[in-house]
Amino acid sequence: MENNIIFDLKNITVAYGDNIVLKNLNLSIHDREFITLLGPSGCGKTTTLRIIGGFIEPDEGEVFFEGKKINGVPPYRRQVNTIFQRYALFPHLNVYENVAFGLRLRHLPEKEVKETVREMLELVNLKGFEKRHISSLSGGQQQRVAIARALAVKPRVLLLDEPLGALDLKLRKDMQVELKNIQQRLGITFIYVTHDQEEALSMSDTIVVMDNGLIQQIGTPEDIYNEPRNAFVADFIGESNIVDGIMLKDLYCQFSGQKFECLDKGFAPNEQVDVVVRPEDVDVVPVENGMLKGTVTSVTFKGVHYEIIVDIGGFKWMIQTTDYQAEGDRIGLYIEPDAIHIMKKSEYSGMFGDYSSFSEEYEELSNAEEPEDDEDNGEEEDL
Amino acid sequence: MNTRSSLGSKLVASPYIIWAALFIIAPLFFVVYYSFTTASGDFTLANVQALTKYLPTFLRSIWFGIVATLICLVIAFPTAYIISQKSDKIQRTMVMLVMLPMWMSFLIRTYSWMAILQDTGIINSFLAKLGIDSVHMINTGGAVILGMVYNFLPYMILPIYSVMAKLDYSMVEACQDLGGNRLTVVRKCIIPMSVPGIVSGVTMVFVPSVSTFYISQKLGGGSFDLIGDVIERQFQQSYNYNLGAALSLVLMILILISMAFMNKFSDEGEMVI
Repeated sequence: MENNIIFDLKNITVAYGDNIVLKNLNLSIHDREFITLLGPSGCGKTTTLRIIGGFIEPDEGEVFFEGKKINGVPPYRRQVNTIFQRYALFPHLNVYENVAFGLRLRHLPEKEVKETVREMLELVNLKGFEKRHISSLSGGQQQRVAIARALAVKPRVLLLDEPLGALDLKLRKDMQVELKNIQQRLGITFIYVTHDQEEALSMSDTIVVMDNGLIQQIGTPEDIYNEPRNAFVADFIGESNIVDGIMLKDLYCQFSGQKFECLDKGFAPNEQVDVVVRPEDVDVVPVENGMLKGTVTSVTFKGVHYEIIVDIGGFKWMIQTTDYQAEGDRIGLYIEPDAIHIMKKSEYSGMFGDYSSFSEEYEELSNAEEPEDDEDNGEEEDL
Repeated sequence: MNTRSSLGSKLVASPYIIWAALFIIAPLFFVVYYSFTTASGDFTLANVQALTKYLPTFLRSIWFGIVATLICLVIAFPTAYIISQKSDKIQRTMVMLVMLPMWMSFLIRTYSWMAILQDTGIINSFLAKLGIDSVHMINTGGAVILGMVYNFLPYMILPIYSVMAKLDYSMVEACQDLGGNRLTVVRKCIIPMSVPGIVSGVTMVFVPSVSTFYISQKLGGGSFDLIGDVIERQFQQSYNYNLGAALSLVLMILILISMAFMNKFSDEGEMVI
């Protein structure tokens, strides 16, 4: 990744009436990086993307493109193209004309248009689809046409607004790999918006976690997962047990009534903190060897592992283990120092990380996206 | 579909079938029958042959229809676009305003235009007060076309508006995104995607404009006979049902041809009417 900054957002604030969507947002985007804006719906990620695209003017703050202020520059004068959530393909044009649309607006010679369209359709694996009507394409194919159409005009930056939201799981995984490949091959900047943490982790160079119009954390996928800055990030990215703790001194902390060694330092002595322990980092041991002891309250088979909920002094922990534990068993838990991550208290403390009300169904519902392209799978696999 | 449910669907459809047979098929049959018979009921082509002398009237009707339709389109397209860009509440109010004149009788509306356009009418008395010479407006071709435009404009605005209101705004954004300025967005995106509405609006204005009879009598003062007037006279004054039917038949065929022509423009042959 190169170090030159292509987009710079400075002190951006956007409000609709009383509803503040973005609060004093600062974000630098580097050239050629795959950056993901991740957060729940309403966190301001799409608004940020639309500011970059030029579809929304911020109420306050400045937008810089390669050091030049571009507030007020309309979308058609920006070297940025967008893949819209619902693709926004032109229904009155066929695949070829959709991809050629931007090129024709630039009055390029027909030969060049033809060459570029061919190249782009090849890039997205849609060779031979030129004459097809948009309505005859599956969701995945429409997605590819949208990508080809946006890339045909050779943007410096491609904006993607939840582009895979309407696709089914398998297709989504394939497209993730494909998008990442395209980005690396073309060497352009991708700014990707999603609420899917797994998608963000697997594709991005940099993840920007947002909530409530504020950036919660910026970092590499590993940073975000291993060193979440607050309870919101820890909970939103992956599963986390988040318990109240006290930082006794550097490298020593206390939670759930026990003292633990850890790797964190730099806190005030006896500072109140949030402690994060990932479910996969906990070892199940016989009860007498356990650093913590608890009762199994539920067991779910997940294929790779069992997901068990353990009641430790009234706080429900989620543990992922490959060994079966029966409901009602007393077990011990062993936690390595590097499995413990300490975070400063934040406004999110106490809101997340307890699995007593955990229900998978609820989780599914909150991620529900319109599943509309059920019939696509069959066709897609031939590609 | 199995026989039982098709019997059921037949039963459900029967009132409409009877209605259609009684009020659509039968009258059509009578029109054709009268067209090719004499008053005493013998077969003849005389009615159809007599039509040649009405050729100028036919041409004038079609010409006026085309002009009125074009004017409606030019007014309606931007109007519909502006309405569709407003907030939901304003959209509802504006659509209501467009439809408001339709709540009044067609006859009253046309009479009102007489009062407005007359040599001693509202406009001219206003001009006289300002010391400007009066302008002769009533009983001109322009007045007839004005009457058509005024009366049929909502039929152009509403279908175009309803297509535009449903238009996915992200298409417009996609067009801007790919390098289209405002003019390009309208030309390459909004117009092509509004075609179904335009086709249906054009049909709904052109057909009644061509066949209207009242507007030309009141605002044209009898000097701009349209085909509708001729037909009306055959039935109301001359009691020549046979010639009237023949005229109607030709008018009907003309309208069918123009509708087929218009529908060619709409995408994938989806019928708009």
